[in-house]
Amino acid sequence: MKDNLIGRGLSLGISRRRLLQGSAGLVGGTLVQGLPAFAADKPALGTYPAGVSGSTAFIGISVPRTGTYAVQGEDELKGYELAVEHINSGHELIKKISPKTTKGVLGKELKYGVADSAAKPNEAVQAQQRFISENKAIMITGGTSSAVAVALNKLAQREHVIFVCGISGSNDTTGKDCVRYGFRQDFFGQTAAAAIGPVMVKTFGKGKKAAYLTPDYTYGHTVTKSMQDYLATAGWTTATDQVAPLGAPDYSSYLLNVANSGADVLINVNWGHDAVLSTQQAKQFGVLDKMKLVVPYQVPFIAPETKGLMQGVYAATDYWWTLEDKFPLAKIFNETFEKKYGYKPEWGAENAYVSFAHWARMVEEAGSFYPPDVIKAYEKGETIPSLVGDVHYRAEDHQCVRPVIIVRGKMEKDMKSKDDYWEVVEIVPGEGLMQKPDAFGCHLGEYS
Amino acid sequence: MISWPNLVSQLFNGLALGALLALISSGLTIIYGTLGVLNLAHGAMFMIGGYAGYVAYQYTESFIAAVVAGSLFVMLLGVAMERLIIRHFYHRPHEDQLLVTFGLGICFVEIVRLIFSSQSQVVPPPPMLQGITNLGFMFYPTYRLAVVGIVAVALGALFLILYRTRLGMIVRAGIEDSVMVDSLGINVYRVFMVVFGIGAMAAGFAGIVNAPVVSLTPGVGDDILVETFVVVVIGGVGSFPGAILGGLIAGEIISVTSMFNPGYAYVMLFAAMTLVLVVRPHGLLGVQGRE
Repeated sequence: MKDNLIGRGLSLGISRRRLLQGSAGLVGGTLVQGLPAFAADKPALGTYPAGVSGSTAFIGISVPRTGTYAVQGEDELKGYELAVEHINSGHELIKKISPKTTKGVLGKELKYGVADSAAKPNEAVQAQQRFISENKAIMITGGTSSAVAVALNKLAQREHVIFVCGISGSNDTTGKDCVRYGFRQDFFGQTAAAAIGPVMVKTFGKGKKAAYLTPDYTYGHTVTKSMQDYLATAGWTTATDQVAPLGAPDYSSYLLNVANSGADVLINVNWGHDAVLSTQQAKQFGVLDKMKLVVPYQVPFIAPETKGLMQGVYAATDYWWTLEDKFPLAKIFNETFEKKYGYKPEWGAENAYVSFAHWARMVEEAGSFYPPDVIKAYEKGETIPSLVGDVHYRAEDHQCVRPVIIVRGKMEKDMKSKDDYWEVVEIVPGEGLMQKPDAFGCHLGEYS
Repeated sequence: MISWPNLVSQLFNGLALGALLALISSGLTIIYGTLGVLNLAHGAMFMIGGYAGYVAYQYTESFIAAVVAGSLFVMLLGVAMERLIIRHFYHRPHEDQLLVTFGLGICFVEIVRLIFSSQSQVVPPPPMLQGITNLGFMFYPTYRLAVVGIVAVALGALFLILYRTRLGMIVRAGIEDSVMVDSLGINVYRVFMVVFGIGAMAAGFAGIVNAPVVSLTPGVGDDILVETFVVVVIGGVGSFPGAILGGLIAGEIISVTSMFNPGYAYVMLFAAMTLVLVVRPHGLLGVQGRE
């Protein structure tokens, strides 16, 4: 083989001496290219610098593509894919969020692998461990279940690989289970409750009784707790809290308890298909005729899937596409997303896109993929753009301080298009919704 | 919240839930009892019954047409599955049978996901069965009440086939000793094909009857499959009456436990299964069955 190459070189009119000189130059050049990382005193850490030594950088993506959260996981994945495409091509939207981006991140093309987590922590961790070991992933992402997010937080901290969280509503993700290597862009239980609580009190009054449908894991427990805590300040009490396992095939027995509880308002904390099924069955059991429904942590696609049951229902969310009337970046995002995928993006896609764009910005700002430098770029707490206005990350818990959007399901007669399911009632600024940084027991851990 | 009205409500709901579980489980237990094959694709066939019915409903807007289409499609699928794949596994280890049916189940689910996506689909109940009925002590969805009746009729029909026909006699004899049945000159493999078709049809029928109660997703069979296995184990593997008894017990356990603490509903269900396995390893009405 070697002989053949040299022979070919000679046949092209290049002397053996010139070829050797050229080879030496190439080897030297490669060495010099590799020097800055060490020259700048950046020791190997996690997958750095191995993961970015070539012309590409790899991202490990785990989303649920099967199971209870599959519909939301697919939407989230599309947001990630669009973000990677935009980052690699230097799209105008990415440049508005990350002005130093040209093409790729620090000139390196992003590659990614996708794994189905089925919203199960063990499957997500196994997949991401594989991406880290085999592909030298420089960043990992995943969510659509806080149980997954918490598990990946721990993996990220152990492996020293940055974890940019997908959908995760638990207070624990940036609370007691927070880590130095984990960052969350989206809203969560505390901010959802603080944003929608006043709207509920204003709409339904003080001293009401609430029934909860709660999924039995960290997301459900913390969102329900935040809602109970907030509403207690207005004299609301809990008539019943029906805790069901993720993926329960039937909610009849829970709903009978709700129906017999004497509650005024049903607060459905379930998510994904669980939310769709429990809402449909609540209608079947007449619960929705007896009490008002509230969805404190809005579920992408719940409106079309429940066929009209969201009409008049209040919900808190990260994003709704009609925000494009107010935010120019949202308009660009909606247009490019819809052009590529044929539907209006839901908030899973928005969160995915923005969290990747923010990560790209932080790496560009740091001027390096070296994880502690990127983390410190986040921790500067700079005000940065998002699709819903300016936001910033808190240094103390790595939670993005961002607005929460309150929406109300539109009546069919008021819908201006087939996707016009929700009316934006209020955009609640994030700063006033946040708990104190140490309120949920966050201790970030070490940089290295 | 524990109160007499709530207890009566939950007892009644347990009956309705149990009836449905009994129907789904009966197909699984008949197939295992006769063929000795534990069909892990049973949940997928339950799901396909729902989707086949959904497609029929889209074209006809008739719930009866949906039920007929869902049942027949899955029966034909079951027969094809038995002829093309399952029959090659009768004499292979149980592990192979489990793996092939598990694999088929995954294929079925993903094909449906490819065609219909993961978004849920709705099959409404017939207009006359929509709404809520006042039972005096509680309000209950009319269609769920009807499901109890529909399931009772379906289980009655299965009972007649198994206990009042020549085919049923052969099936029951096959459960006891298939070698003896074979040696009497009966083509036991043809019987196996019919039994697999009937078992699959029971799953498909349950799938479409259950469709208005839940919203259809490709994973709807996965969720119910675990409960179905618990029912079969409690009632006795291979026992048709056991499937009915197990279904009713499972329905009552889930429903009544959830009244005290819903978080323990499934814990109690699995605890009951464990207890049955300790006290009566072959289930409450189980027989030793084929080896």
